[in-house]
Amino acid sequence: MIKYFVTYPIQFILLVLVQVLVLNNIQYSGYINPFLYIIFILWLPIEMPKWALLLVATLLGLSVDIFSDTIGMHTSACIFMAFCRPFVLNLLAPRDGYEVNSIPNMQNFGIQWFIGYAATLIFLHHIFLFFVEVFRFSDFFSTISRTLSSAFFSLILITITQFLKYNSESKR
Amino acid sequence: MRNLIRFIDRYSFFFLFLLFEVFAFYLLFKNNHYQQSSLLNSTNSFTGNVYSKYSDFTAYLDLRQINEQLAEQNSNLLENQLNAHHKLFGENIIVNDTIYERQYHYASARVINNSTNKQNNYLTLDIGERNGVKPGMGVISPSGIVGVVKNVSAHYSSVLSVLHSNSKISVKLKNSNYFGSVQWDGADYQVGILKDIPNHVSIALGDTIVTSGYSATFPVNLTIGIISKIEKPEGENFYELRIRFSNDFKNLSRVFIVKNNFKTEKEQLEEETTASDD
Repeated sequence: MIKYFVTYPIQFILLVLVQVLVLNNIQYSGYINPFLYIIFILWLPIEMPKWALLLVATLLGLSVDIFSDTIGMHTSACIFMAFCRPFVLNLLAPRDGYEVNSIPNMQNFGIQWFIGYAATLIFLHHIFLFFVEVFRFSDFFSTISRTLSSAFFSLILITITQFLKYNSESKR
Repeated sequence: MRNLIRFIDRYSFFFLFLLFEVFAFYLLFKNNHYQQSSLLNSTNSFTGNVYSKYSDFTAYLDLRQINEQLAEQNSNLLENQLNAHHKLFGENIIVNDTIYERQYHYASARVINNSTNKQNNYLTLDIGERNGVKPGMGVISPSGIVGVVKNVSAHYSSVLSVLHSNSKISVKLKNSNYFGSVQWDGADYQVGILKDIPNHVSIALGDTIVTSGYSATFPVNLTIGIISKIEKPEGENFYELRIRFSNDFKNLSRVFIVKNNFKTEKEQLEEETTASDD
């Protein structure tokens, strides 16, 4: 339990740095901008109090916002994602419930479960983010297509990151 | 009361979520021009409507007072007229000894912040109000046009790029003088949309698009780009054209701010002309 207070802050800083320094500069064909940093919210412990979840999501969104000059956009999308997380976890719960102190990652629940879980939350985050960015419903389908294409790339990146972490941990 | 507390307790997570979102949107509106202005516009169109109805009504009540004010102002004006004064000395003539009066001034500026990947892109330039920059001035680069100054501070100015969903530039075809407008759809930073060219005009891929000079922001005949795609939709009177910007918006460093000495004069004249229509 105590090791969370060391590993999570390190993850937080690394993910924000990778997002703002590397990924924000990738624009494939002008549409697609993958967001890896939200994997931090995916990996938070299941038992985490809900208020803490919202607070952490706010901090995460705000740090990315400050670097990319979009104060509020990522913050609101991250809060929305954190709000949805308990419901998604409930929907995907195994038959006999979650184990105590488990982290929702691929090691514990398998690749199929993780991709379903990640895809749902990534989609919710991205759709909120892109609609806040354009701030109107008139270009509905163009916004949806941007959401889907970015979400697809985010999902690939997040799955790869999860695999890398899985490998490095199983070697240890 | 106890029911209320139980209700809030039961949905506490949801209320907490709302509280956090309110905080996030507060930050969003406070720090982002675009979202702020679209929120204000929608509220303003409502309140503005109410106010204009109200002032239509109150204007009648004030007519008597306004008549008195106008009469007083008229008498003041008559007193100040030339023929009310005794001429003191000779004749006063302004001599203007140049054939060409200067219309445009150009100030060189450096781009210190730039983006091309958002839906609404802005640039920041390193000169501002102290250097004589005012909102509404055009910004051009050696290879094309860049945008229009939106806000100025003492030392910097912020430019609404051509790559902005609200940007609209009056242009014409270089070889036939038909005019239209260039906009940007938020997709590719190198490609713009050219509208309002009637479909009986003969055009070809690679035709040059230049500024029309109608808006008084940009001088006439500055290159904007070339036609890269032509579509003729069924049952419409206008082409759907794509153009490739001559500017590379990702690679701007030196730009020029254009000051039009006759801008206010032109706009005032046009405003008076349209106003006299009603």
